Amino acid sequence: MRARVYVTLKPSVFDPQGRVVADALTTLGYADVKNVRQGKFFEVELEGADASRAQARVTEMADKLLANPVIESYRVEIL
Amino acid sequence: MKFAVIVFPGSNSDRDAWYAASHVLGQQAELVWHKDTELGRADAVILPGGFAHGDYLRTGAIARFSPIMAAVSRFADRGGPVLGICNGFQVLLEAGLLPGAMVRNRGVKFSSQHVFVRVEQIDTPFTLACSQGQVLQLPIAHGEGNYFAEPADLETLEANRQVIFRYSTAAGELSDDANPNGSLHHIAGICNRARNVVGLMPHPERACEASLGSDHGRVVLQSAIKAFADQVIEHV
Repeated sequence: MRARVYVTLKPSVFDPQGRVVADALTTLGYADVKNVRQGKFFEVELEGADASRAQARVTEMADKLLANPVIESYRVEIL
Repeated sequence: MKFAVIVFPGSNSDRDAWYAASHVLGQQAELVWHKDTELGRADAVILPGGFAHGDYLRTGAIARFSPIMAAVSRFADRGGPVLGICNGFQVLLEAGLLPGAMVRNRGVKFSSQHVFVRVEQIDTPFTLACSQGQVLQLPIAHGEGNYFAEPADLETLEANRQVIFRYSTAAGELSDDANPNGSLHHIAGICNRARNVVGLMPHPERACEASLGSDHGRVVLQSAIKAFADQVIEHV
């Protein structure tokens, strides 16, 4: 079983790295870039074939470690 | 008085803190490996600067699970004074011993320079020997020192006088230019509700002798010694 976890900064948190990437894209000539937010992506391989259990387990992992709930939110996908 | 300095894999200010406590201030100091589960007889604990566990995932995110952190939490819960310096502050935030979080510096770059901080509160074991509003010149060396908390949490911090150090000018004035990383409310250091756990991004232990460019950091450790001598902090 595989899970994907997308971790992003909450909208209320300024993302300096995203800003720099956006500026670089503008410099490259992509004048239509309005904003970039940088995040993290995890692929987690799990034993077992129960999707709902996997969803619960990986959500717990994201809460405990993969994301910091003070500044980040996350989304879990089970494949 | 005995300081315990925690050593994580990737700590780089552990010796500086140990040296400042033992050689500069003449106290006992012991390095404690992160895999140990007991602090031993310690009157104060320092979580040093560096890049614990390579700062993988997030700064301090892995270090908070080091075995010694359970003992540090128990020590803090009993009222023992705990000082987190730079990466040590980040570890305390990740561990939930202090509120808030760090994000990348506003200017993105790693910032290594001397800055000024204003002492906002002197009723903590690490500012007891300071005077209210005293300005300290201390070095910073971090890429993620941009303090963040939600507006409601910032209000709580301010209402409880938990902001202990703010970046300022040499004259003690707050300004955007004097804020090296974009921290909200110019926050350079905070304490917990019980006021025994303090974290700050600047490095007082690297500014304990004039030959290092500043000896203003000495008063932070001297505060702990005074707190211990005055029995403001009891043996825990």
